[in-house]
Amino acid sequence: MGGVESPDMAAHDSPAHGKPHVPVFSGAVRGELDELLTRYPTKMAALLPAFWIVQRERGWVSEDSMAEVAGLLELTPAYVKGVVTFYTMYHQHPVPKYFIQVCTTSPCGICGAEDVVRSLLRHTGAAELGVPSADNRFAVIEVECLGACGFATPIMINEEFIESVTPENVPDILKRLG
Amino acid sequence: MGFPHKSHARETPLLTRHFGEEEARTLDGWKKRGGYQALEKALAMTPAEIIDIVKESGLRGRGGAGFPTGMKWSFMKPGDGKPHYLCCNADESEPGTFKDREVMRWTPHALVEGCAIGAYAIGAETTYIYIRGEFTEPLVWMDRAIREAYDAGILGANAMGTGKRIDMYVHKGAGAYICGEETALMNSLEGQRGNPRIKPPFPAVSGVFGQPTTINNVETLAAVPEIIMKGAAWYKGMSLSNPKSTGTKLYSVCGNIRYPGTYEVLMGFPFGEFLHDVCGGALDGRKLKAVIPGGASVPIQTMEEAEATLMDYEGFVAQGSMLGSGGVIVIDDKQSMVRVIARLARFFAHESCAQCTQCREGTAWTTKILERIRDGQGTMEDLDTLLDLADLMTGTTICVLSDSCAVPVVSGIKKFRPEFEALIHGKRVHPVLSAVA
Repeated sequence: MGGVESPDMAAHDSPAHGKPHVPVFSGAVRGELDELLTRYPTKMAALLPAFWIVQRERGWVSEDSMAEVAGLLELTPAYVKGVVTFYTMYHQHPVPKYFIQVCTTSPCGICGAEDVVRSLLRHTGAAELGVPSADNRFAVIEVECLGACGFATPIMINEEFIESVTPENVPDILKRLG
Repeated sequence: MGFPHKSHARETPLLTRHFGEEEARTLDGWKKRGGYQALEKALAMTPAEIIDIVKESGLRGRGGAGFPTGMKWSFMKPGDGKPHYLCCNADESEPGTFKDREVMRWTPHALVEGCAIGAYAIGAETTYIYIRGEFTEPLVWMDRAIREAYDAGILGANAMGTGKRIDMYVHKGAGAYICGEETALMNSLEGQRGNPRIKPPFPAVSGVFGQPTTINNVETLAAVPEIIMKGAAWYKGMSLSNPKSTGTKLYSVCGNIRYPGTYEVLMGFPFGEFLHDVCGGALDGRKLKAVIPGGASVPIQTMEEAEATLMDYEGFVAQGSMLGSGGVIVIDDKQSMVRVIARLARFFAHESCAQCTQCREGTAWTTKILERIRDGQGTMEDLDTLLDLADLMTGTTICVLSDSCAVPVVSGIKKFRPEFEALIHGKRVHPVLSAVA
């Protein structure tokens, strides 16, 4: 596992999306990573925290940022991509401004989570799950157990965790987003 | 207490007694409630003395497996010259379970204190609290509590002025149920995919970063300060049934129940009274049909079984299930069991790490068959296939996720077979299903 820095780093730094990659880890953000590295006996252990920083700064995790993190942690981009793609919370493509996840696992399912899903689709204008709304402000997806089953139905809007959502209070929740 | 409801008179609130109190979340508020006296007391003892007290108390792991905590700690050999690690498993993801979330967001310092005592007892200078990424609120409170504890000199190079080093860090997960499996958690912490490891070696021999490691659940560690303060005999005495199950247990109650929430009762509490009295019983006009008492991975109980259960490690087993994580999923007569089980299977299929063939293929195939039956396209042969599959998925893989998928299928078919057969024979007996169809 892990390994040395890829000799092809330069290639990965090439403009994959028409623009050159602006490093995420510079200035204060680099300092944040340096502090994280003091917490673990290996650089590799900072991988998950590093991508939380990437996602906070950029909204998603691009291949360029995977290559950047690989370089910083002395891993290969291929290894890093293998890890990042294992975890569902890292967005591997840009997402709409409001990314809404609805828990529909059985405990919420038997409390009406599917009606919440339908209500969210209707009120955001998203045609179906996973497809952004026409104005590209919303995407709604189903998510596996959010660990708040006693507060059915929990949803997450980006990093905000909202309990006890019903089909009826969906419009108010969306209105609050502005 | 039955948070978010008021405490029921028949509860024994110990870990939950400060839920809902804003002030208890802060260091000052926690100290006012007696916080960190247990850590002070523990740091004046030898690690072996602490382990003896925890052993004597009878405390067993609250994450699901129920392994005796003191014994687990005693596997960490003192003076082996290696760095030791404590990992707190706060990746609470078992469907039906949300108690650790409440502990962390209401009494974060209880967990910091429990971790600090545990770390000292096993000779670890570093503790990682692995919290699932979706727990945004607990993450904030735990981060804040740890920072407060560092600022107050409770943690750090000279913990509470004793010259002992206790470092503690929150590690945020990123969306993977399997990382709640202890060896997957360690891989994830190391910056790898969350694939479970083959045991042995066990974590106490070669755990995170290849070093001796102990992994404990949030609720287990949060109970430790209470035991240190009040003694092993006191904790051991808190049991209504048998001496193998001691103390209080948190239950996350959800599904079709009048008062969902987090409850705390003595080991051995009668489950029937718990459901019907403490948790308020069925919703108006409905009748309880089944209970999954320990999170999605344990066998489904009929109401007859549930009502005959004494709530402890042995009591649930005697009535065809397991205590597990204490995630009580209550299912009423409006629900289709096939639908509930099919959705659970989908959960496990989604969360399989895909290392082992039996799990990767088995969970997906099981889901397909169950959804076909749910949609009225099943055959009687499908039931046999499901049971065969479940057999192949049990005891054949690196971790128990595969077994966990088979459990609700087998217990569901065994205990609620007429519901499966009715769907196969085209009878739409459930209002929910007819609405969907």
